[in-house]
Amino acid sequence: MFQHRRLNSEVTFLQKIRNLDYILLISILLLSVISLFVMYSTDGGQILYHTKSHFIKIAVFFFMMLVIAFINIKLWHISAYLFYLIILLLLIWVSFFGISVSGSQRWMDLYFIALQPSELMKIAIILCLAKYYHRLKIENVNNFTSILISLIIIIIPMILVISQPDLGTSILIALSGLSILWLGGIKIKYFFYSFLSFLISLPFIISFLKPYQKLRILTFLDPDRDPLGAGYQIIQSKIAIGSGGFYGKGFLKGTQSYLDFLPEKHTDFIFTLFSEEFGFLGSILLLSIYLIIILRIVKIGVMSRSSFPKLFCFGFAFAIFIYISVNLSMVLGLLPIVGSPLPILSYGGSSMLATMIGFGIVLSAKINQNQIIA
Amino acid sequence: MIRGNSSIRKSDIMNRRMFIVGAAKLIVLSILIGRLFTLQINDNKKYLTLSDKNRIREWKLPPTRGNIIDYFGNIVAGNLKVYQLHVIPEQVENFNYLLSRLQVILNLSNKRIEKIKKKKDQLKPWESLIISENLSWSEFLKINNYLYELVGVKPIMTISRNYPFDEIYTHVLGYVSQPNEEDILENEIIKERFVPGIKVGKLGLEKTLENDLIGTNDIQRYEVNAYGKRINQLEYQKGRKGSKVRLTLDTEVQKLCANLLKDKAGSISVMDIYSGEIIAMYSSPSYDPNLFLFGISQDEWQLIRNNPLKPLINKTLSGLYSPGSTIKPIVALSALENNIVDPDFKVKCTGKIELYEQTFHCWKEKGHGYVNLKEAMKQSCDCYFYEVARKLGVDRLKITADKYGLGKKVLGDYFENEKSGQFPNTNWKLNNLGKGWVLGETLITGIGQGYTQTTPIQLCLMTAQIANGGYKIKPKILTDDNQLTTEQIKEVIKKNKLNRGIYTSLFKDPRNIKIIKQAMFSSTNEIMGTSYKSRIDDPKYQFAGKTGTAQVKRISKRERELDLKTSQIPYNDRDHALYVAFGPYKNPDYALSIIVEHGGSGSTTAAPMATKLFKLLIDRHQLRKENKNLKKTYI
Repeated sequence: MFQHRRLNSEVTFLQKIRNLDYILLISILLLSVISLFVMYSTDGGQILYHTKSHFIKIAVFFFMMLVIAFINIKLWHISAYLFYLIILLLLIWVSFFGISVSGSQRWMDLYFIALQPSELMKIAIILCLAKYYHRLKIENVNNFTSILISLIIIIIPMILVISQPDLGTSILIALSGLSILWLGGIKIKYFFYSFLSFLISLPFIISFLKPYQKLRILTFLDPDRDPLGAGYQIIQSKIAIGSGGFYGKGFLKGTQSYLDFLPEKHTDFIFTLFSEEFGFLGSILLLSIYLIIILRIVKIGVMSRSSFPKLFCFGFAFAIFIYISVNLSMVLGLLPIVGSPLPILSYGGSSMLATMIGFGIVLSAKINQNQIIA
Repeated sequence: MIRGNSSIRKSDIMNRRMFIVGAAKLIVLSILIGRLFTLQINDNKKYLTLSDKNRIREWKLPPTRGNIIDYFGNIVAGNLKVYQLHVIPEQVENFNYLLSRLQVILNLSNKRIEKIKKKKDQLKPWESLIISENLSWSEFLKINNYLYELVGVKPIMTISRNYPFDEIYTHVLGYVSQPNEEDILENEIIKERFVPGIKVGKLGLEKTLENDLIGTNDIQRYEVNAYGKRINQLEYQKGRKGSKVRLTLDTEVQKLCANLLKDKAGSISVMDIYSGEIIAMYSSPSYDPNLFLFGISQDEWQLIRNNPLKPLINKTLSGLYSPGSTIKPIVALSALENNIVDPDFKVKCTGKIELYEQTFHCWKEKGHGYVNLKEAMKQSCDCYFYEVARKLGVDRLKITADKYGLGKKVLGDYFENEKSGQFPNTNWKLNNLGKGWVLGETLITGIGQGYTQTTPIQLCLMTAQIANGGYKIKPKILTDDNQLTTEQIKEVIKKNKLNRGIYTSLFKDPRNIKIIKQAMFSSTNEIMGTSYKSRIDDPKYQFAGKTGTAQVKRISKRERELDLKTSQIPYNDRDHALYVAFGPYKNPDYALSIIVEHGGSGSTTAAPMATKLFKLLIDRHQLRKENKNLKKTYI
């Protein structure tokens, strides 16, 4: 045991660089480049505000990711609860003093960036629960108290985010948290029962939804009921993707997007534009890059000797998968419209910040995969 | 050690559970890819169509109307380049300033400016706003001079209907103008091709032949964005120009008619007696159809509407007149056909007939003495025809009159405002007035007064059918490529191959027709004939005719004694002057009818016009024959 610790502490900077996961790194870089091209297209084939801003964010956050990668993952383990608490405080702060945009109070103005704490919470909750389950003895996992505590950890930010209101992000936070609970070893039957009771209580939940949220669900079930109003986005999105065909309409030739038929094309509906211009082929390639990233993260998790990095990697991989599938299901008309960005590709600083922090921690876990955290 | 075991167990659980999650992910991933496949590969066509529907929008432009040409190929309704001024509001920095500039340059009224402002509010900012539909050339030049400072202003050249002969053809062609709701609802084709700025026929052939003339829209295909703004033009699809329509009318004759009837109210119709082609059809006074193209001004409209000579009425087809003495050939023919009289039958005219205490006057107070058919026709003796009509009876007379086309629409398929008039008989009176026929009415029917009402075109057709030897013809206003030549028709008639039911004979005995024609000849070419003064001795131009003077007002005894000159009678009480004729006498080709409202007597007012007309008609006869099939191609 001592030997191990000595071995780890001897890791030099050069070794760290050698231990970086280059496949993951290249995939992230590739995704960043693609995102810049797509952003260039949303600007109508010009370098305008979105492209510039996106480029700066990528550059800054990519660098930040590398810095995080070289920081020992222990530090994240130590500060996980603190990080969670800080983000929680920010969420509370936002709910009082946040900037309100189109009826939703999610942002805090940091002058150089409008930060969305709820996005950061997606990472914080994984970190927090990973630490909690790391420290929890396997015998105590299914204790009433420990389950209750972990549920409280999940529910508090959920409530705060729902009240913004931002149903999409809160669901993503909840799913990320629950994934750690699942990985941590909570009995399958608990999941089964709670899923059942969720289904039973679904009608009641729906009755508590805000009118616009109900409308979204109705629209999802039948987009043609109001093709120029609520159903417009999903109809136009499907038209854009469907008309892309196998090879796509070509870079900068997506008529749906450049003639402004696509709303929110640079944020939640970025995949629509990509798919219209690059077609089925491009979409499959993009998904493959995401898949490679997810698999690499899972692999790093498998290789990690400690529970904390393992849980984090699995949790984060799962979270990314959830982000992607929720976003794609939404633009493909498989799910109602919930605000959920596509990692890296969507325009938006907070989401990218959170994702890059996550990648940084994963890279750090790779570098320190043999380290055992007490 | 325990700790180590527990952490290995923990790690195992995590890895195992991760594997389960991985399997779930695989399912989700395949659902997503499946969906992507469905949308992009399976339904690609459907969505591509929807995407094109989104981005491509069509703009229909007004179609180009087909030309209407006369028999010789002269364009009588064509298309003219006009200059218009459009403004695209979104390109204009200060709209009000621009308007005030334009107001100065084009001298626009304040009212017009208000209208333009109102129109602007109804349009999208990138749609062109029409400031002026018809700029004069000097205005167009002026605008072009100032164009550098008038951003957003577009002088445009476009095509508009044009009637080069102004009022000459108005009653035949009608005119075009912007369609109203009724026009659009009535005609499916107008409804389908309607675009702002389209002009449709409002009257006459322009209306009747709308579906041939209208043409198809030019179509501009634009790529538009989600807000409907045009991004770029993808295609310009030229529409089909409306079909060309060739009339049987001759502009030169038409012009002469207009000239003869200048400042008079009346009508002249000329017809080819074999083919039924109408050579001229003019109703006077007329008005300029070009005034209606861009909306007629209130003042000009009032001027036309309030003109006492009633230019809006097409007198040739909807003017109803008593035929007066022009009916006499039919009365005589009917009597001959029914063996009531023979040519030698004589009546002694004393200037009047007494019947049941009613006096029926001859136009000649002193009377004509003993007259036979020829003399009676020649001098238009009323007493003779009173007597013949009495013997014939109105019912038999009506049968003949019907045969020759009186009381029936002649061109009803083409002119919805044509009237049929009527030729009465005993039943007619019973059914329409609920009273029994009185013998006296037979007498006045015999001289073309009373209930008989005919249109000028009917009288022309009647004359034509007598002139051609008593054969039925179908009057035409449009040329027919299969039309037989006069020689061919004569051949058909000679061989008695009654072609297509058109050239059926209307007589019982051809000699009767000959007698009538001779009588009409003497009326024009023998001394004492009513139109003797208008005769032409040259056999080439020699024609035969019958005058008519239709009373508008019953002449009172006092007035008869006064024997007033036409100029002494108030205009509206004066008699209508009529004349029907055919020529050349030996081998007739043309028949005509002339009516001058309140023109006094037929012999002084109407017959002299025929002299000029026959000269022109016969001079142009050869030319007309040569142009039967128009060789030249006209646009």
